[in-house]
Amino acid sequence: MLDLLIFLPVLAAVVLVAVPRVPDGVARVVLVVVTGVELVLSLGLWLAYAPRAGLTGDFAFERTLVWIPSVDSGYRVGVDGLSLPMLLLTTGLFFCCALYAWRERLRPRTFAALLLFLETACLGVFASLDLILFFVFFDLSIVGMYFVIAGWGHGQAARSALKFFLYTFLGSLALLVGFLALYAGSDPHTFDMVKLAQEPPLQGRPVAGGLALLAIFIGLAVKTPTVPFHTWLPPAHTDAPAVGSAILAGVLLKLGTYGFVRIALPMLPDAWRTWAVVAVVIGAVGVLYGALVALAQADLKRMIAYTSVAHMGYVLLAVGAAGLLGGTDAEARTVAVSGAVTQMVSHGLVTGALFLLAGVLQDRAGSYDLAAYGGLATRAPRFAALFGVAAFASLGLPGLSGFLAEFQVLAGSLGSAPVGVVVALLGLLVTAALFLVAMGRLLLGPAGRLTGAVSDLRPSELAAIVPLLALSLLIGVLPRPLLDVVEPSARAVVELVSR
Amino acid sequence: MNEDPLALLPELILTLGAVAVLMLGSFLPRDRQWVARLVTAAVLLGSAVAATVALLGPDRLVFDDTFAVDGLTGTARLVCALSGLLVLGLMSEELHGDRREAEHYVLLLFTVLGAQLLAAGNDLSLLAVAYLLASVPLYALAGAARDRPGTEAALKTYLLGAFLGIAMITGIVLLSGLVGGTSYALLADLEPAARPVVAVGTVALLAGLAFKGGFVPGHFWVPDAAEGARTGAAALLTTVPKVGGLLAAYRVLDAIPREVVDWPLLVAVLSAVTMTLGNLAAFGQQSVRRLLGWSSVSQAGYLLMAVAVAGRTDLALPALALYLAAYAVTNVGAFAVPAALPAATRIEHYRGLAAGRPWLALSLLVLLLGLVGTPPTAVFVGKVTVFAAALDGGFAWLVVVAAVNTVASLFYYLRWIAPAFDRTGAAQAAPPAVRPIAALSAVTSSGASVLLGIAAGAVLAIDPRLLA
Repeated sequence: MLDLLIFLPVLAAVVLVAVPRVPDGVARVVLVVVTGVELVLSLGLWLAYAPRAGLTGDFAFERTLVWIPSVDSGYRVGVDGLSLPMLLLTTGLFFCCALYAWRERLRPRTFAALLLFLETACLGVFASLDLILFFVFFDLSIVGMYFVIAGWGHGQAARSALKFFLYTFLGSLALLVGFLALYAGSDPHTFDMVKLAQEPPLQGRPVAGGLALLAIFIGLAVKTPTVPFHTWLPPAHTDAPAVGSAILAGVLLKLGTYGFVRIALPMLPDAWRTWAVVAVVIGAVGVLYGALVALAQADLKRMIAYTSVAHMGYVLLAVGAAGLLGGTDAEARTVAVSGAVTQMVSHGLVTGALFLLAGVLQDRAGSYDLAAYGGLATRAPRFAALFGVAAFASLGLPGLSGFLAEFQVLAGSLGSAPVGVVVALLGLLVTAALFLVAMGRLLLGPAGRLTGAVSDLRPSELAAIVPLLALSLLIGVLPRPLLDVVEPSARAVVELVSR
Repeated sequence: MNEDPLALLPELILTLGAVAVLMLGSFLPRDRQWVARLVTAAVLLGSAVAATVALLGPDRLVFDDTFAVDGLTGTARLVCALSGLLVLGLMSEELHGDRREAEHYVLLLFTVLGAQLLAAGNDLSLLAVAYLLASVPLYALAGAARDRPGTEAALKTYLLGAFLGIAMITGIVLLSGLVGGTSYALLADLEPAARPVVAVGTVALLAGLAFKGGFVPGHFWVPDAAEGARTGAAALLTTVPKVGGLLAAYRVLDAIPREVVDWPLLVAVLSAVTMTLGNLAAFGQQSVRRLLGWSSVSQAGYLLMAVAVAGRTDLALPALALYLAAYAVTNVGAFAVPAALPAATRIEHYRGLAAGRPWLALSLLVLLLGLVGTPPTAVFVGKVTVFAAALDGGFAWLVVVAAVNTVASLFYYLRWIAPAFDRTGAAQAAPPAVRPIAALSAVTSSGASVLLGIAAGAVLAIDPRLLA
């Protein structure tokens, strides 16, 4: 079932491209149906996994096929409590984006094929249990997103797309070098992620382990992105189409943070414990810096992009704290790691919704300039209501998923990294301020220059955005189903890193 | 005792075939030249089949140990013959009705034969002979277009080939003089006492192989030949000699004791310089074939990484073989795109290609990203295995250099890809005329490059001796 989940979208994409003269309407239907089937499949995986292995955090649905035996790399896939939420987030967000893209007028057939290709790449990363396979899907996601931005973006799309491609490709090559170092350090040589986590390579070799971690860290940090590797993100988001931005922020950034939890922590525990404080510092600085820069933005999309940098800062803070053993116990570190995973899910839902809402403004009035709008609450009440919910979710209002995630991260990190937590709290405050300011400028006050052009949300847009926010609310109110799956695997990661 | 002519069957088929095609070409009327084409295809196919059969047999040395029949030779035979077959498709279309059509096929067959002998030679004097056999057709093919760029390409290729060939023969004389014979096996007797002479001999020997492999310092002819020769010939010149040169370098260097002369370090440095120079030079190119020429120089740099760790890790030979096969199919495919669009010689001519010729544009995308090393294409698998081999062999710095170079290379390949997928300029440019066979070759090779990437394990398994 996992193989079907991964490869069904790309098969549909091939059909869309290969069959001549598919009408645009059919392409739209195919996109919605296939992403819908994917969502159902991943829900099925969840229901099958939760009772079976949910308590132990083991891998399930594993499958191994030989690929390059001479370097012991293969097609190895499987899911556990860390990857399953990511798979579900991916299928859910792609389904919502497919609904949103219903009204895409520019070459809808190619767009649908590209989105489906991208879905396979993202699912493949989360399901991979082999470093080379992980890298294959990781790289393909970059290629797919490059064409989404270059082909359907606006403004300086070609330039932003090139910057995105070169920057993240550099990151992925650094990652590859790190993977090769893991391979060369393991005995017998292998790219098998499960084996590498069981018997971590380069233990007791601080220099080699540190260098391998450096390469992997840079690779993942570029993708995440963390300060100071984030400079590709704002232009890419600003010039990408709404769906592209939502997927870039909602899923592609998670490929980086997921890599920390899945690869960096369990496979290089010695090196991670030595350098965890760097992750804490980068994470805490990222939270504050991202929030401050976001506060200064006049462009709505750039603002959301910088809040992403801040939100990813929490994840880094948490995984850093998981590696600091002093002043804390395993339970606190488990809370931090599970907070990191919850934050990934929450950020995917909420920021995805925010970018789709920003896309509505671009669609109606052709601008993201905060100063050009005002008084949207009366002009477009449904838009205003959803934007309000999304903004509160993003700033961490209790009852929504963002609060749960950030609370877990901060509570789990307090014992080992109190200074980092204090800095992050400052960032939390700034984030709250910036969303309140943005809401005030967009939704309240006198009508702005472009307010008249904004009509309220259409059904397809509502259908895309409401489920994302509803899910955020659901996780905020009823976190147990999610945490029951995440926590055992988070505990396993914490045990692996404290070896 | 071990003089079994059947061991040379793939080479014999090529030799006799070349003679037959030469005769056919001389006596056939111009409108019946397709017979020569057909015979050439049959000869290449036959040679590939014979090579596969030989691969299934045991490793052995024949003719007084001058000729090795093993996995390395098998790789060279298969890759060269199949690349030749792909090139034949491009040539037959480009040369249709040309007065010298059949002569091109003869040169093609001799190029393939020369490369195979280079790789299979287990004797210094055979290496020298193979070098000459592999070089002469290059000179002719480089200048066959008989225009100004062709003349320059031929002159450069000839001068460099002759000069470095003499250097190589000097190296051979020095080395064989020291050990008192020409067999590679004797090279193990080289002694540290003679280190300066061994070093000079090794460097001089490597100079000739640098010409064949297209790496620094023998790379100057590659971009000129890629641009000046006809497109089919350019695809051949940047592919087949490289296979022969690099595999020959692997075999002969592996025979020279590392304790006497530190050739791994020399090769590693040459590798780093080659890939960096190739990439930097490709940055500003506007001519697509020149760009591909420089790109093939940089690829030689990555390939050299596997040569640098020859004998140090079990992975070196499978990595080199896989990367060569992957490079050959991708590079010939990449040349098939300009061959399919003879009017489009510069990058700007490709603007809007995706709108008019979506399949060709898609192939170009897959092939160029393949040359970058994007998964899941064959070059990616080749690159990963080569990187792993280099790391295993203790050249971590070289892997970092190669990774940085890979990112840099993405930039110039994208300079070509981006206009092809740019729809804004598509309205004014009518879709250019397309040659169907070349377009089909481009699509086929892009598919093959993806398939070879996915089936890498199975392909390596064809020859169990290549598996580590």
